[in-house]
Amino acid sequence: MIPEIGLFALCLALFFAAVQGVVPLVGVGRNSASLMSLGRSAAQGQWLLIAIAFGCLTYAFVANDFSVAYVAEHSNSALPLAYRVAAVWGGHEGSLLLWALMLASWTLAVSLLSRALPEAMVARVMAVLGLVSFGFLLFIVTTSSPFERLLPAAADGRDLNPLLQDPGLVIHPPMLYMGYVGFSVAFAFAIAALLSGQLDAAWARWSRPWTTTAWVFLTLGVGLGSGWAYYTLGWGGWWFWDPVENASFMPWLVGTALVHSLAVTEKRGAFKNWTVLLAIGAFSLSLLGTFLVRSGVLTSVHAFASDPRRGIFILLFLAVVIGASLFLFAWRAPKVGLGGRFALISRETLLLVNNVLLVVAAGSVLLGTLYPLFIDALGLGKLSVGPPYFQTVFVPLMVPLLFLIGLGPSARWKEASVSDLKVRLGWAFGLALIAGVGLPFLFGNWSPMVALSLLLATWILAATVVDIRHRLKSAGRAPASFWGMHLAHVGIAVFVIGVTLVKGYESEKDVRMAPGDTVHVGGYSVRLIGVKEAMGPNYRAMVGEVELSEGGRVLRSLHPEKRNYFSSQMPMTEAAIDTGIFRDVYVSLGEPVGEADGSGAWSVRVHHKPFVDWIWAGCFLMALGGVLAVADRRYRLKGKSNNGNPS
Amino acid sequence: MTARNPLVMTNMKRLFVLFLLLLVATLGWAKEAAPMAEDVAVEKRMVAISDELRCLVCQNESLSGSHAELAQDLRREIREMIKAGKSDQQIMDFMVDRYGDFVRYRPPMKATTYLLWFGPFLLLAAAVVALILYLRRRSARLDLDPQPALTADEKKRAEALLQQVENKR
Amino acid sequence: MKRFLIPLAIFLLLVAILGYALLNLDPREVPSPLIGKPAPAFDLPQLAQPEQKFSPASMRGRVWLLNVWASWCVSCREEHPVLVQFSRTGTVPLYGLNYKDARADGLRWLAQFGDPYIASAFDNDGRVGIDYGVYGVPETYVIDKAGVIRYKQIGPVTPEALEKKILPLVKELEKS
Repeated sequence: MIPEIGLFALCLALFFAAVQGVVPLVGVGRNSASLMSLGRSAAQGQWLLIAIAFGCLTYAFVANDFSVAYVAEHSNSALPLAYRVAAVWGGHEGSLLLWALMLASWTLAVSLLSRALPEAMVARVMAVLGLVSFGFLLFIVTTSSPFERLLPAAADGRDLNPLLQDPGLVIHPPMLYMGYVGFSVAFAFAIAALLSGQLDAAWARWSRPWTTTAWVFLTLGVGLGSGWAYYTLGWGGWWFWDPVENASFMPWLVGTALVHSLAVTEKRGAFKNWTVLLAIGAFSLSLLGTFLVRSGVLTSVHAFASDPRRGIFILLFLAVVIGASLFLFAWRAPKVGLGGRFALISRETLLLVNNVLLVVAAGSVLLGTLYPLFIDALGLGKLSVGPPYFQTVFVPLMVPLLFLIGLGPSARWKEASVSDLKVRLGWAFGLALIAGVGLPFLFGNWSPMVALSLLLATWILAATVVDIRHRLKSAGRAPASFWGMHLAHVGIAVFVIGVTLVKGYESEKDVRMAPGDTVHVGGYSVRLIGVKEAMGPNYRAMVGEVELSEGGRVLRSLHPEKRNYFSSQMPMTEAAIDTGIFRDVYVSLGEPVGEADGSGAWSVRVHHKPFVDWIWAGCFLMALGGVLAVADRRYRLKGKSNNGNPS
Repeated sequence: MTARNPLVMTNMKRLFVLFLLLLVATLGWAKEAAPMAEDVAVEKRMVAISDELRCLVCQNESLSGSHAELAQDLRREIREMIKAGKSDQQIMDFMVDRYGDFVRYRPPMKATTYLLWFGPFLLLAAAVVALILYLRRRSARLDLDPQPALTADEKKRAEALLQQVENKR
Repeated sequence: MKRFLIPLAIFLLLVAILGYALLNLDPREVPSPLIGKPAPAFDLPQLAQPEQKFSPASMRGRVWLLNVWASWCVSCREEHPVLVQFSRTGTVPLYGLNYKDARADGLRWLAQFGDPYIASAFDNDGRVGIDYGVYGVPETYVIDKAGVIRYKQIGPVTPEALEKKILPLVKELEKS
């Protein structure tokens, strides 16, 4: 009964989405306030219906209703409650429903928080979001319903993939989807602006907080995914340039470019066409990502089970939505005004270069990800493009960008004074040089890559301090967006330090350990005390007891595990990590190798990873910076007379 | 009792000392763990090479990290080739001869991959050129059609607003 | 107006390529670089009679099929009836390569499901499989009179593959 209610709610939501997509636009055409405001009501109704559907699916999981095919595929009665709930989005159909819920939630938020905007603009935004939602709901209802029944009902489910039975599954997909879907709001604002022909600084100010919030969620989503891979996969890696990882990284790169471009459009009324194009681009990449993950065109560890029929639907949807948007862009763009003048050396130009670098980087990642496909389609053979390619191509593009981060905030709008910059930032650069040249020796061998990266990170930090001091001295205080900007940039520097030091100075040992044996890695001693068997709710494990010491002093025990889930043949490694501000010690159990000689020995891998947590600390700081930026008072000023702000 | 000569140990004391020695020996027996690999240098090279190779039976993993049986077999082959004195290039060729270019994560530089390797650089160059052209064109357009100066009324408004900001400080 | 159409043009091209890929390509299939090259030499003991050896060199002057199989391989069971029936027609000599198996398991499997092979070479440690670029069992090779690999069937031999690809090729090779 409940699953049928869920399906019915979805069909009703589909109807509401259609109304939301069409009626407000009719209202704009006829200048009818009541029709225009129907958009908000339809959005709210749609949210309620999708929430009900989502609730029904969650109920089916919690109640172990194995007559629902999707539940039988992804759950099991022995699965702990938290994972039974998370399993709702563990597979294709459920994750799409999550996507629809996220989209409806963003739309709801826009409908509630946009009182200060002109009604016609809101109507258009609602309509665009309604049409996108219609497409997704249609996709779910026709090809990917999570409410399909299994008759006769299964006695028990096939269980959730053991790799997903982890707190990471509870939080990473929702965060990631909030980000992915959030760019649909930026997209809706862009399309609304194109439709109305009213593309100005005011539009940028309305669009900016929504875009930045989406960017914050995407930053967290990608960061969490990386962190999850690190501690769950057991081999100590955290980024593989896998097609699905790239699918989430590309919108992030373009989204970052968009956030910066919006700043220029808001403050100086310039780059309007480009900003609109970026907004369309970011959302296109989100949709493209959805396509790549669910269609089966690329091999990836993350890919959902594929079905060409689903792939065709998504591709058509992508083609229609983005094709129409780009056509609209081509039509309206020539008529858009230019905005303010600026000199060759100015913040505007620096931000343009920022955009160029980010977009070229995104383009390169796209090229590498899709190239095997192109070559295969042309019948020229089969290629793999993996981490060696991406690292070679991506890093050089980031070097000038990192340099610009230090320069940009200190450069004035319209015309920056080069001599001023030299004086202010000169010592910051000097400090960076010293750090770059000297710091590597502190950690181990000197290498040019490490030196350059540390130079750039120190440069960013020092330049940030310079700009903060300068601002506080001249103005006494600064708005939240100022602090947000600097915090996000500091986050990048912290991230770069983490990546550089871990890649440059990590060490590992792969050893055979009998109980009582010790291994020394990176200044730490790891001693295996023993390995015992233990039972979990849906698995059997061999749990190692390991003692971690430093300089003779015992720090703590660690418990790496090797789990065999009843539902899967694949053994799972649960690494034991001692997390620290300046290093992680990462221990994972391999195989029992002491059975032949009765020694009870195991193969054990121990890693010393200096500063690895700075990678995720950096992501977190970036996101926090974004939050501060959105919290700026100017976005919360109610209406007044600024709605028709001349640009 | 015999006279106590400190240099002569009684049987009890002998046993005690023997016990202490055994205890120390047992503790010392817990040794430094031996590397899983027979030869650490060979292993390091093998890992570096297999990091660049794809595990063919996995969804998308490198040969060095995969637990699949074929991956273990291929790693064994690589170790043997290293011990036999083969160069990195020869080992790569061995793999590519049997599995094709698909097995390499670093695409080889061939006619079919020129676009891949030079693409990003070309894209950057094109973008920079487009940027320069755009800035020039923009400047020219603004020269042709300069923004109107503020009217007297607008100037008064601007001054009033700026005064407000000053007062707030 | 024209230059603003560039993004649309690039996008439509991208969609066309993705559409084509979706409908026609299989990302998991790895084509063999050995096609057109001499079949790698080996000299392995036979599965049923370990004192006797089998080597591709002994098949020079004949067109023949080499099928890689194993008792632990689930898909092999799918293609096996097709092979058993095919071997009865006696069209082409069919030899097996028992890949990474235990001798007893392999023999038992053949006894249970039928033995279509004239003989099976016993590749216990998988080295010969590696030389042939085997990455997923079952795989089948068509080898010509000069000992050159002409075709590799990746995955089970279906009646369709047999009829449409393997048999026509064999017929053509027999003529030369």
